[in-house]
Amino acid sequence: MDTERRLDTLVGAVADGPVDCDGLRVERDGGYAVETPEGRHEGLDEAALRETLAAHERLLDNWWTWHRLDGSRRAFLRWLEGADERPVDERYDLLEEGLTAGWGNLWIRVDLDDAGTRRYELRHADDADADPDDLTGFDDPLDLRRPLKFDDDGRYRPLKTAPNAPTGWRLGGLTGRDCVEAVDVAYPATVANWHRERTGDLDVTHWRETTERQTGIYGVVEELPREAVEWVAEAACVDSQCLKRREWGYDEEDDLTVDGGDGPFPCREPCSLVVAAARRWTTLEREEERTYELTLTPSEKEQVEAVIDAVADGTTDEIREADVYEGANRYRTRYLRAKRLDDEGNLCGVPTDPDPDDGDD
Amino acid sequence: MTDHRSQALVVVAHGSHLNPDSSAPANEHADTVRASGAFDEVRTGFWKEEPSLREVLRTVEADEAYVVPLFISEGYFTEQVIPRELRLDGWDVSAWDSDGLSADSATLAADDVEKTVHYCGPVGTHGSFTDVLVRRAESVTGDPDVGREFGLAVVGHGTERNENSAKAIEYHADRIRERGRFEEVQALYMDEEPEVDDVTDYFESEDVVVVPLFVSDGFHTQEDIPEDVGLTDDYRTGYDVPAAVDGHRLWYAGAVGTESLTADVIIERAADAGADVGDAVERVRESTAPEPADD
Repeated sequence: MDTERRLDTLVGAVADGPVDCDGLRVERDGGYAVETPEGRHEGLDEAALRETLAAHERLLDNWWTWHRLDGSRRAFLRWLEGADERPVDERYDLLEEGLTAGWGNLWIRVDLDDAGTRRYELRHADDADADPDDLTGFDDPLDLRRPLKFDDDGRYRPLKTAPNAPTGWRLGGLTGRDCVEAVDVAYPATVANWHRERTGDLDVTHWRETTERQTGIYGVVEELPREAVEWVAEAACVDSQCLKRREWGYDEEDDLTVDGGDGPFPCREPCSLVVAAARRWTTLEREEERTYELTLTPSEKEQVEAVIDAVADGTTDEIREADVYEGANRYRTRYLRAKRLDDEGNLCGVPTDPDPDDGDD
Repeated sequence: MTDHRSQALVVVAHGSHLNPDSSAPANEHADTVRASGAFDEVRTGFWKEEPSLREVLRTVEADEAYVVPLFISEGYFTEQVIPRELRLDGWDVSAWDSDGLSADSATLAADDVEKTVHYCGPVGTHGSFTDVLVRRAESVTGDPDVGREFGLAVVGHGTERNENSAKAIEYHADRIRERGRFEEVQALYMDEEPEVDDVTDYFESEDVVVVPLFVSDGFHTQEDIPEDVGLTDDYRTGYDVPAAVDGHRLWYAGAVGTESLTADVIIERAADAGADVGDAVERVRESTAPEPADD
């Protein structure tokens, strides 16, 4: 650790005003006054100041680390190591062993390298305990862009905050700046919005305002009925689908009843994916309801419900090939199709549209 | 802290919920500009991906943000969607005073961030984008001097969805024709006359380079156009470059916006709006050249 450089910088900083950081306070009082968790020293000349500070290497390094950062980056990196709650000595003890935090599906670790400088590592949370040699290593935060575009099955992830980030990679040896950059690659703008929320400055745009703003092919979305907005949120915005914590409601005075989620970073307005899906739902909701008469056994009715659940929950892959006790099992579903869908694919042979010949006119 | 006002470049593009490659050109060009060191910061923002246009400016730290749309023509996106989503305060398209091809830049504030935003015209209507089309012809033929005994077809949407789309295509076709480098230059359209389906009717040259004026590869450039011009009956089976069609050899290039020289146009757009880019334009022109640059 370059103590002399830190001391030079701190002495220079005190000339502009008191330095105050996590239990270290240095100010001019004719000479210098230094306050640490152990006590206060007053009337020091510069040599005595430097000697006193040099004896508090961790406090000095802690100040040095944070004085060079500001805004959301500083707030985030401090949050990672619990800087607002943990005293410096306790925190540095923990940092020597390594501190971890979660951010969506990310596992973030911070520790000190041989020179005492903070180094950060990112992985998927599922890989927290993996042998580093078993993971594909990256150095540059931007190198994460491509792998994070696809889930573990190789499918494109249109929503970066969906809980399906791929596993099997690690990004290590990062500076604080690169750590925040990498988080921004994985979950863009989440640090900025989290910081705004903590400082009381989060600009939430509710459903009505968002949809009224839309033009072109999305202009219709504002016609979606109020009750359907609940179903939109339940379909796309709950924790199982998106790691953002929904803060928007129908409008300022009208919140949705669906749970907004528990994630650390907020969702401040309906995203483009939700708006695009809602366009489709708006079109579908224009249809009039009809009554169909479908003949099913009780088990068949329950099976239809099980199939809907399995598709909606994305669990069809988890149902074992021969587990015919599961309604959404493939053989069970193929049997149902063979029995209940006619050659045109109509459930129970009932056409979707009434036969025009059967009409009154 | 530095004395100069820090400057960021923000490349904004369409992106896609369905196609993972849609955002690739924006990211690749942003990387090229980043490597040039011309800006303190380089960011990308998307209509359909993240960071969204709504939130990209809050990821920028710099005092000045130069926003360059990676779009081919002026129209709905550059005039309405992008300024609205970026919350550019007091935006009116008259600030560009454009005839559909001449948008330069407008300096505005955004409602949700404290910085100066220079909103630039799209990449596709900048004069230097003509060079990208030519570079595309060079890279697809592997010949840095391509032109003699070659025809060049510039292909785009027609006016059906955007009148300015055709203007941009004609603009670049005219400029390339005036240079006299290619034997023949022809603008062709997907949804109006002269149609790209009839490409071979419009050329006497045996060799014709076909360059689609699109930002990124997708449905139109990978499926429609290859089938329309007769490179293949089914895009899934692929096609040769060059491919023999009706006695011609067609050199089909894929979307021009994927050409690495596009990064140069992005820098020029920002420089025209007042960004201090030093000699980045020259350096990017060299670094993106397929062969040692001689022009």
